[in-house]
Amino acid sequence: MKILTGQDLASGDVTWWTGSGWSLHLFDAVDVGDAGPAIAAAEEKALRVNVPYVIDATQTADGPMPAHIKDRIRAAGPTVHPAFGIHPEIPILKTPAQHENNADAPSEVKAN
Amino acid sequence: MIRFRDDVAHDAPPAPLAEFVGESNATAVRLEPTDDARALLPHLDRLALIEVAFPKFRDGRGYSAGRILREAGYLGELRAQGDLLVDQIPLMRRCGFDSFVPDVPVDEAALARTLDRYPNVYQKAADGRSPVWALRHG
Amino acid sequence: MYKYDTYDQTLVDARVADFGDQVARRLSGEMTEDQFKPLRLMNGLYLQLHAYMLRVAIPYGTLDSRQMRMLGSIARDYDRGYGHFTTRQNLQFNWIKLEDTPEILAKLATVEMHAIQTSGNCIRNISSDQYAGAAADEVGDPRPWAELLRQWSSFHPEFSYLPRKFKIAVIGAEQDRAAIQLHDIGLQMRRDDAGELGFRVLVGGGMGRTPMIGSVIRDFIPAADLLSYVEACLRVYNRYGRRDNIYKARIKILVHELGAPEYARQVEEEWTHVKTLGLDPPQAEYDRIAAFFAPPAFAEGLPTEIDRSDAGFAHWVDQNTAAHKAAGYAIVTVSLKPTGGIPGDATADQIDLIADLAERYSFDEMRITHSQNVVLPHVQRQDLRAIWDALVAAGLATANLDLVTDIIACPGLDYCSLANARSIPVAQKITERFADPDRQRDIGELKLKISGCINACGHHHAGHIGILGVDRKGEENYQLSFGGSAAEDTSIAKIIGPGFSEDGVVDAVEKAVETYRGLREPGERFLDTYRRVGLQPFKAAIYGDAGSTTPVREPVA
Repeated sequence: MKILTGQDLASGDVTWWTGSGWSLHLFDAVDVGDAGPAIAAAEEKALRVNVPYVIDATQTADGPMPAHIKDRIRAAGPTVHPAFGIHPEIPILKTPAQHENNADAPSEVKAN
Repeated sequence: MIRFRDDVAHDAPPAPLAEFVGESNATAVRLEPTDDARALLPHLDRLALIEVAFPKFRDGRGYSAGRILREAGYLGELRAQGDLLVDQIPLMRRCGFDSFVPDVPVDEAALARTLDRYPNVYQKAADGRSPVWALRHG
Repeated sequence: MYKYDTYDQTLVDARVADFGDQVARRLSGEMTEDQFKPLRLMNGLYLQLHAYMLRVAIPYGTLDSRQMRMLGSIARDYDRGYGHFTTRQNLQFNWIKLEDTPEILAKLATVEMHAIQTSGNCIRNISSDQYAGAAADEVGDPRPWAELLRQWSSFHPEFSYLPRKFKIAVIGAEQDRAAIQLHDIGLQMRRDDAGELGFRVLVGGGMGRTPMIGSVIRDFIPAADLLSYVEACLRVYNRYGRRDNIYKARIKILVHELGAPEYARQVEEEWTHVKTLGLDPPQAEYDRIAAFFAPPAFAEGLPTEIDRSDAGFAHWVDQNTAAHKAAGYAIVTVSLKPTGGIPGDATADQIDLIADLAERYSFDEMRITHSQNVVLPHVQRQDLRAIWDALVAAGLATANLDLVTDIIACPGLDYCSLANARSIPVAQKITERFADPDRQRDIGELKLKISGCINACGHHHAGHIGILGVDRKGEENYQLSFGGSAAEDTSIAKIIGPGFSEDGVVDAVEKAVETYRGLREPGERFLDTYRRVGLQPFKAAIYGDAGSTTPVREPVA
């Protein structure tokens, strides 16, 4: 699946496109198919998001999981400050493939 | 065009540097970022307009071109043309530019605010303003 | 310390208004992000992985307690209770809102601080020796020159849209604590045969993806000509530095492509012209600035002996204090590298505590170091115990200056949108692995530096041991390199072989350290042994015998 993410212009918070607006929570993100660039352009023009971009993700039992570790960290918060995370349950180091196989995340996952 | 001169603006299109150097009576020339402004130094007395191209606002070579021309005593119109942002115009003024043709018109109120913002400057440039070190030891 | 006059204050206040105006135009949509980005960067504001990040300038790393407390207060009121000291002797806040930045800048301006040119393709914060004015080995105090350069470079009209960022460092000592050979311009104070003060000028050093050591382009420029000469250096760069490829835009590439002698010739030619323009301030301006840096009123007749009966205290004194030029004084380094901690981070409470100690014990002055620690430059030896006790209570008494756990690390993928891998967790694991203080002291000086991408903000090229995080098929991977140095014996580290996982690189570091311990001769640091024996024994220990024939993996370009 493809999901759309960006940052709030005024606050800088990471946001996810829900189909009708922007959420701070990754698991609210919806599959945008091929519509991502068009939604991004319109939403950016309307100042409802800054620097939006489309990423690859996998639908898991929890919700959509970004393919790349960078976007998983964006969604979860810094791994070295679990208290600042808004999605502490996201297994940052678990790849989408490991999700699909229901494998455990690598042992070095921090306390998040 | 935004202009900080009282004389009449030059209306003929400026010649590219290569054409200008080979032609004896042109009075206006245009410098691209890769052109050496010092190639004009032998011809400054017959020039009424030097236009410096800023094809991208991030390309700052034209700032050096402006200062070099003013440092050599050029008194004619020095025009910045291209991708100019309103917040760059005060810096360009300091480098000797006195007319501006931005690709996209700038907001005049924002320009007035930014031009009035800094009462002093830290370094000498091409605009004749005294740096604070000179004012301190006036 | 330098104090603003009304001119300085007016200019910084004007910048606050200027940036407030720019932020308002961005929030209203008058400016696009593409147009706003260079403006916000020139005021130290990045859009990072989780939020905006604001980098506050600490000119040449020097600040007083009032300024330090303001940083603590901003951390509390606008961030999440902490700040991060950087390798350019600045401080950055990780959780800033764009809409708050004008107010934050206004508060900083009340204590003579700002964020001017802490990013962007302009002349960045001038860095210097954290021991300036206190070290025993100085030709002269570099700080007045750093301040002159700060003022000259602020809002420089010609050099605000350079091909790339530009970093200048200035030192006054023989020992190089500011990595001048790895700067765009490095300046070292010296005297000529007639005793006149001037500078050796190095140009074209830098780290990033193409690390290079700077070349001396002039052995001596008289101090009175410094600014016009640097202006000539910058003008040649602004005109001829490459703008076709962002990765080749630093001045080091220009100097490399022209050759240092040809670059120097062009600078001399430009300077012949530039020095006629009257750009250099008069001696009176230098004298005015230098007066702010006059040595404080050091007490005389102080005791030099201290009670070393507490072993922990004695170790800290041995490791984290340095010789001061005044008898009875010491230079203290407060380590921001606790075991398992985040290198360079300090909580608001820790920031306040260090400010209190500086005010009470160090003539109200602190320095930030490029290795992300804080220095109290002028401390009476008889006060060391009281300082140590206070630091112990605040978790700031780690006695590890220049040891293996005194790690420089960039924020990495935990915070940075450019990063490919996390840096901080690697640093945390290494400090945990080497937590035993006796073991660290036995290993001795070992500068370990970690970057989370090839931009090298963690200075991995200059580490005795360097670690570079890369992205290997979507997973974090770490390359190890040995033999770098940022000191007067500057060298660029070399990659030793294939990369490792996060735990694997910690193991490899440990094997390298044990190999060194087995091979060292008396007095040798890790770096010295490595330089003497070469890579092979280390490679064999890390990769096994088969590893010695493994092809070396080139850095990801």
